[in-house]
Amino acid sequence: MNIFNILSEIEKVDGEVFERLDHISRRGMFSSFSRKTAAAAVPVMVAGMLNKAYATTSGAIDVLNFALALEYLENEFYKKGVSTVNLIPPTDTAVFAQISKHETQHVNFLLSALGTKAIAKPNFDFTAKGAFADVFSNYKTFAIVSHALEDTGVRAYKGQAGNLMAAEDKPLLQYALQIHSIEARHAAIVRRLLDARGFVPGAKAWITLAQGNPAAVYAGDDNLTQGGVNLKGLAGKSDAAISEAFDEPLTKEAVLAIAGPFFA
Amino acid sequence: MEKLQNDLSVVERTADVLQSSATRRKFLRNAGLTTAAGVAILAVGCKKNESVAPAAGTVDLGSGDVGILNYAYALEQLEAAFYVQAVSTPYTGMSAAELSILTDIRDHEVIHREFFKAALGMNAIQGLDVDFSKIDFTSRASVLGTAKVFEDTGVAAYNGAGKLIKDPGYLLLAGKIVSVEARHASTIRDLLQPLSTSFAGDDIIDNNGLDGAKMPSEILAAVQPFVKTKLSGANLPTA
Repeated sequence: MNIFNILSEIEKVDGEVFERLDHISRRGMFSSFSRKTAAAAVPVMVAGMLNKAYATTSGAIDVLNFALALEYLENEFYKKGVSTVNLIPPTDTAVFAQISKHETQHVNFLLSALGTKAIAKPNFDFTAKGAFADVFSNYKTFAIVSHALEDTGVRAYKGQAGNLMAAEDKPLLQYALQIHSIEARHAAIVRRLLDARGFVPGAKAWITLAQGNPAAVYAGDDNLTQGGVNLKGLAGKSDAAISEAFDEPLTKEAVLAIAGPFFA
Repeated sequence: MEKLQNDLSVVERTADVLQSSATRRKFLRNAGLTTAAGVAILAVGCKKNESVAPAAGTVDLGSGDVGILNYAYALEQLEAAFYVQAVSTPYTGMSAAELSILTDIRDHEVIHREFFKAALGMNAIQGLDVDFSKIDFTSRASVLGTAKVFEDTGVAAYNGAGKLIKDPGYLLLAGKIVSVEARHASTIRDLLQPLSTSFAGDDIIDNNGLDGAKMPSEILAAVQPFVKTKLSGANLPTA
């Protein structure tokens, strides 16, 4: 997959995306930006490991570019957020700086694994076409968007794991899982901040049923059927507890429908 | 008592569903237990012609995907037992918020444990005897410190086992559980060091922003001190 394939999938839910991304299409996917960034970002000590993790199968390239699109989005979002004066209160800056650091590392890691196959960085609209107009001036809005991006990331990686099962992709599968659980750690802390700051009173680190906003991010998370068996009533636990115990995946199409409005 | 019986009946009902329905056939077929293809999967999962016989008194987790599921079941048994104890004998000064969090986590781990037990059916390993003699359940630092180790270990265990799983359905199931373990780890770490970078700390996350991933042999060695029953992963897949 290249940027055009991703955009054509976004276009299914966002008809104007090609016009807005026209400049990227012209610039092409093999931009010097990607190559330079990748070369500069890889510490020498891990270069050997990354060579082994190089994406070669078309399936892996698809998955990693999909992941890269989401990581570009998260990375730009946090870079802007942590550098905006008076947005994040001093109590919470350490948390968001740490998240921001990881997203930068994820972008660089994926660029390294994709090499010349990496898509270029798109432009973003973090208001999502006005849905979050005050995202960089209102901490509540910023935190809401943050947790939605993290929970979407968790579901997106989970949905792609099965596409990295070819023998030559096994190292990449493990790396994808290692990023996946980081996104979950991020989601958990931001969700707890939503409660602590009074933005979403009672919010927990884990997802209860399909509760949460935006609703599309949590659609289907109330599933109680695992391994083909309805677990309702298992061990006398509530539906809420059973749903919390399992995080559900999202398809690529569902993720792009959520993320599409953030592409400028 | 009535509640306990309800609990048991639900477990039995779940087991019945697994034992009797088409679902069971599908589930077990995926596990490689009922068909010729399943035999092939089990054979692939075991590199040697004969499985390694465990020493007397040792619980062998098994081979192939069933072995990985039993490996997960063993870890979930350990976690569930720990949180059941932590909630039933709260440490000194446990806040209402902390009790609520630990109760939620207990429920999640019990659900994971019972799910694996039901899913594995006849192939499930026995209930394990735990050894929590090193844990001071009256101490916040001891309980939360142990919880941190267990959760980080659980995350690294699932992350490392993903590539060993043959069936896509089981890989997805592992993915559904590992992110919940990561949410636990993040939360426990934040209880210990609030609003710091510890929730995804540099002590456990590498310079590429990657979480832990460890092979079963390493994980089993780490958790064995907490389990009286001797565990053997000698027949688990290694690649």
